[in-house]
Amino acid sequence: MFKLIIRRLFLGLLTLLAITVLVFLGTEILPGDVAQAILGQSATPETVAALREKLGLNAPPWERYFTWLANILAGDLGNSLANGIPVDRIIGQRIVNTINLALYATVIALPLSLLLGLLSAAWPEGTFDRTTSSTTVFFISIPDFVIAIVLIIIFARELGWFPSVVHRPRWGDVPVALGQTFLPMLTLVLTILAHIIRMTRAAVLDVLKQPYIEMALLKGAPKSRIIIRHAIPNALGPIVNVVALNLAYLVSGVVIVEVIFTYPGLGRLMVDSVIFRDLPLIQVAALVFCGFYVALNITADVTAIMANPRLRFAK
Amino acid sequence: MTRVAGRTRSKRARPRPDGWAWAGIIIVATGLLLAVAGPWLAPHDVGAIISDSNFEAPGITTLLGTDTLGRDILSRLLHGARLTVGVALAATVLGFLIGMAAGFSAAEIKGRYDDFMLWLADMMLSFPPLLLALIVIASLSSSLPVLICTIAVLHASRVARVGRAVAMNVAALEFVEVARARGESLVSILVREIWPSTIRPLAVEFGLRLTYSILFLSSLSFLGLGIQPPEADWGSMVRENLNALQTGAYLAVLLPAFSIAILTVGVNLIVDWLGAQSGRSISEELTG
Repeated sequence: MFKLIIRRLFLGLLTLLAITVLVFLGTEILPGDVAQAILGQSATPETVAALREKLGLNAPPWERYFTWLANILAGDLGNSLANGIPVDRIIGQRIVNTINLALYATVIALPLSLLLGLLSAAWPEGTFDRTTSSTTVFFISIPDFVIAIVLIIIFARELGWFPSVVHRPRWGDVPVALGQTFLPMLTLVLTILAHIIRMTRAAVLDVLKQPYIEMALLKGAPKSRIIIRHAIPNALGPIVNVVALNLAYLVSGVVIVEVIFTYPGLGRLMVDSVIFRDLPLIQVAALVFCGFYVALNITADVTAIMANPRLRFAK
Repeated sequence: MTRVAGRTRSKRARPRPDGWAWAGIIIVATGLLLAVAGPWLAPHDVGAIISDSNFEAPGITTLLGTDTLGRDILSRLLHGARLTVGVALAATVLGFLIGMAAGFSAAEIKGRYDDFMLWLADMMLSFPPLLLALIVIASLSSSLPVLICTIAVLHASRVARVGRAVAMNVAALEFVEVARARGESLVSILVREIWPSTIRPLAVEFGLRLTYSILFLSSLSFLGLGIQPPEADWGSMVRENLNALQTGAYLAVLLPAFSIAILTVGVNLIVDWLGAQSGRSISEELTG
């Protein structure tokens, strides 16, 4: 089993490496001549050539890649093209803001969705299950920003309970911050809730089909006992897997939500820097996001391996 | 929408569409129709500023009111239909062509090639899709070909995996064996023998991928990184008119937003029905 897990970790590392290559290609090689871009159209060919030399742009691409990677690993993230501020000073608070928002959404969404998923699986095809199913199909089908807009209209504009823009979340003062970020949190919760409910339901139902459940049923064990003692422990692996995958999904969900609520997180920073083509910022934001994403995916796989003995001997 | 996982499936080969499936079919047909005819039906030009005041209420000249610049919302919705539906459809079809070519050939050729294709697909699947699109758009900037190809590539890896799994079963069947013995070429085996048997299982996947295309394109446009002005799909219309939320003229935002939502719900209703036929459901798709 450890061999398999180590193999998975190694694959994850390989993926991260592939991501750095992609980011490097996308932001250093493809966009054209950085020296020309920095100096502008009016620069003389001599000054451009001098700057190219100074920036090391004349080296072959693979050499530039390793220099670039070494710099990033050493913590030298470069400066923003827009205002010359070092990237690490810009992103620090942004990362904290994004993590806080994602955590807030996770803490609310997880228990709620697991409970609803279990209840649906306990009485499949019952009224509760049917209602939940229809609602979740609906929420899976509509884009995150549509959910956000409807929430803004109802809770911010009409009722006036929560703000619709969060320029400065005050995470130092938790109750205030939780109110400020209530609508962004609710949007994220609604987007992942449906997925987790459906997958939890499917995972538990899958276990309930097993012969040993029938055995327990025939022995006269009550439903609550069957679900809590027999089904949940065995469905736990797939469920943890689903949860990790959905948290990975939050990575893209958070980008959109941050833009709608003008929330100062890493996602909005990424979108803004793509619009203004602030390449050093794009690089770092993309690497941080991808790092989270890969880490969560690995967590999902490793828990699946640990929970399911059959996967330990995959080819 | 009551037609969801778990209900006892009819064993007949082709159960007739139920009410929800019909609703889905009507929605999708309307969407396709608007994509073809929308721009001709539009009473005004897509960029024409026809009113001095923005966010005008619906009236006789502007049936659905005007947007943030005083343009006719109905006309822009009709024009946007072609971009929203067209780009999503083009990306899905292209993604399927690439994915099926890769998946089917992997299932037929097997060996090292198969291992490599699987590895490639897994690698692609471990990139966060939105981030991948953002990086591509940052380096190549947004245009129709870039958008279509990016979304298609995102689909291709998943389609390749599903297509490979389905084709594996077909490739082991006798009639394919016979074709191989006859000495048919690889392309001929993939296109004439394997492909026809995979249409029905892959139809569900096509629907799911189409929904994803629509959502993904709309999200990119909403972020300002998809369809660029003066052209507008429904996602960019939501973005343009966001300031309507402050003034209370919600219609300008809600109309394009709900258009997207209705279209994707429509596609999913058909997917659910198709899935019920082949014994698969959306929730199984998501877990599988």
